[in-house]
Amino acid sequence: MQIDSIRKDFPVLNEIVHGKNLIYFDNAATTQKPKAVVEALNEYYYHDNSNIHRGAHTLADRATKAYEASRENLAKWFNAESSDQIIFTRGTTDGINLVAATFGKQFISEGDEIVLSTMEHHSNIVPWQMLCENVGAKIKVLPINEKGEINLEEAEKIFTDKTKLLAVVHVSNALGTINPISELTKMAREKGASVLIDGAQSASHLDVDVQKLDCDFFVCSAHKMYGPTGLGVLYGKRDILEKMNPYQGGGEMIKEVDFEGTTYNELPFKFEAGTPNIADVIAFNASLKYLQSIGRDRIREYENDLKEYGRKRLSEIGSLKFVGDADQKTAIFSFLLGNAHAFDVGMMLDAKGIAVRTGHHCTQPLMKHYGIEGTVRASLTFYNTREEIDILVESLIDIDKKLN
Amino acid sequence: MKSSEDIQNEIIEEFAFLGDDREAMINYIMELGEKLEPLQDLEKVEDNIIKGCQSKVWLISELKDGKVQFTADSNTAITKGLISLLIRVLNNRSPKEIIDANLFFMEKIGMSNMIGSQRSNGFVSMIKKMKIFALAYQGQLQND
Ligand SMILES: Cc1ncc(COP(=O)(O)O)c(C=O)c1O
Repeated sequence: MQIDSIRKDFPVLNEIVHGKNLIYFDNAATTQKPKAVVEALNEYYYHDNSNIHRGAHTLADRATKAYEASRENLAKWFNAESSDQIIFTRGTTDGINLVAATFGKQFISEGDEIVLSTMEHHSNIVPWQMLCENVGAKIKVLPINEKGEINLEEAEKIFTDKTKLLAVVHVSNALGTINPISELTKMAREKGASVLIDGAQSASHLDVDVQKLDCDFFVCSAHKMYGPTGLGVLYGKRDILEKMNPYQGGGEMIKEVDFEGTTYNELPFKFEAGTPNIADVIAFNASLKYLQSIGRDRIREYENDLKEYGRKRLSEIGSLKFVGDADQKTAIFSFLLGNAHAFDVGMMLDAKGIAVRTGHHCTQPLMKHYGIEGTVRASLTFYNTREEIDILVESLIDIDKKLN
Repeated sequence: MKSSEDIQNEIIEEFAFLGDDREAMINYIMELGEKLEPLQDLEKVEDNIIKGCQSKVWLISELKDGKVQFTADSNTAITKGLISLLIRVLNNRSPKEIIDANLFFMEKIGMSNMIGSQRSNGFVSMIKKMKIFALAYQGQLQND
C-alpha cells in the first residue's frame, strides 16, 4: 500500500499537537476524513445545493441523483439485494432506536426475550431496555470468556423459544473482538428470532456482506467509515422493512395525506421523514469511493499487519495487560499499564502527541465484567503505520517508568 | 500567612516557568500530587467522593482552631496533583476566607485546555464542595 500518498489524503494527520507530530489512534471513536470527502461537501454547497426528490429544476435533479447514487453505492458496499433497503439515519444509535421503536414495538411483547452480548455498546443496550420497559419483554446476555470472546456453547443455552431478537455487535469497540456472527445468527434463526447487527466497528474494516450474514438489520455510522458525522445506514430485509410502521411522520415518508388518514411511501422513503442530510449523504459516497479506490482487500491486509505488529510490540511491555485478546480481532488494543489509571496514561500519551481513548468506551457492563473502570484504547486504521506503533510503545515504556 | 491570591500567583509563576511543555507540566502536577498525604482506605468511602468524569476524588475536611483543614486523594495521579493545588490555595484558612476566595489560577495556567472541559467541571465541583464545607463551618462558628 502506498502509505505516504494515502497519508497525504488526510490533511489532519499533519497536525502538530503539543509540539509533536500527531499520532491518531482514536479511530474507533471516529475516523479522519480524506480530502475527497471534505471537497464533496464543498462541491455540493458551492454548486448543487437544492432540496431533493421534488424539485423540477436542474440543481434539484443533480442533488437527487447524487443522493441516490450514494444509496446505490452503499447497497453495493454491503451487497444488499437492492438500494431501497438502505435507509439513511443519523448513525448507529439512531438506526437501533428506529428498529426498537418500530419492529420492536410491533413484534416484541410481554414475556419475549431479546438477546444481547456482554460487550454491547450502550447504544445497543439502552434502546432495548426502554422497549422492554414499555412492552414487558426481557433482556438476556451472552457471556464472554477472559479473552473477550463469546462462548458459543454457553450462547446456545441463552436462546429459547421466547427469543424474538438477537442484537449483537459485530466488532467490539472496546475490545476489538470480531464476533462469530454467522453462528449466533444460526442459533437465533433456529428459534425463529430476528437478528440485528451493530456494525459500527465492522462496516469499514471487514468485508460485510449482509446477504451472507443473513441478518435482518445491519446498522452503522458514516463517521467511522471516513465520512461525515451524524449520518448512518440501516439495512433491513425487505419483507421485514415492509411490515414495519414508519418511525417519524412528515416529508418524503408519505404517499398521500388527508385529514382522514395518510398512506405511506415505499421503501426506503417510508423511513426518511423530513429533508434529509443531503450534503453529508453525498459526501459519504465520496468516502466509499475513496475506500473502493484503495480496495477492501488491501485495506484489510494492511490493517491485519498493523494488528499483528501492534500486538507483538505491545506485548513486549512487561506491565501491559491487554483487556480482551481475542483470536479473531481488529486492530483495536485495549489495555492497562500496571496499576496506572487509564486517565493518567491517556493524558501522558496526549502530551506526546498520541491520541487514544480512555475510560469505559460506552460499554460499562463490559467494564464491570472485567472488574475495571476503564482501559486505554488505541484503535488503528489503514493510515496508521508501524513507525507510529513503535512510538506508542516507546512512549508507554517511558510512562510506565513514571507511573509504576 | 500568605493570602490565597499570593499563593495563586506563585502557582501561576511556577507554571509559566514550565512554558508550553505539556509533558513537563504533567510531570510537575504529578510530583505535586505525590506530596499530598494519601487518605486512609477507610476514608475513601462513597460519602467522601466527588463525582468527576473518569477519576475518583475523595475530599474530607475538619475545623481546627477556627481554620479549615482539607485532605484529598484521587485514584489518578494527575487529578491528585490538580487537587493538591486547590488545597495549597485554600487549606488552613478561616471559613470566611474560603467562601470569599476568588480562584483565578486555573484559568491562568490553562487548566481547562489541559484537562478538557468535562474534567474541568469535575474540578469546579471540587471547589464547590470545599466552599460548601466552609459555609457549614461558618454556620457552626456563628452558633457557638
Ligand atoms: C460498537 C458501537 N456501537 C454503536 C456506536 C454508536 O455510534 P454513533 O455514536 O455513531 O451512533 C459506536 C460508537 O462508538 C460503536 O462503537
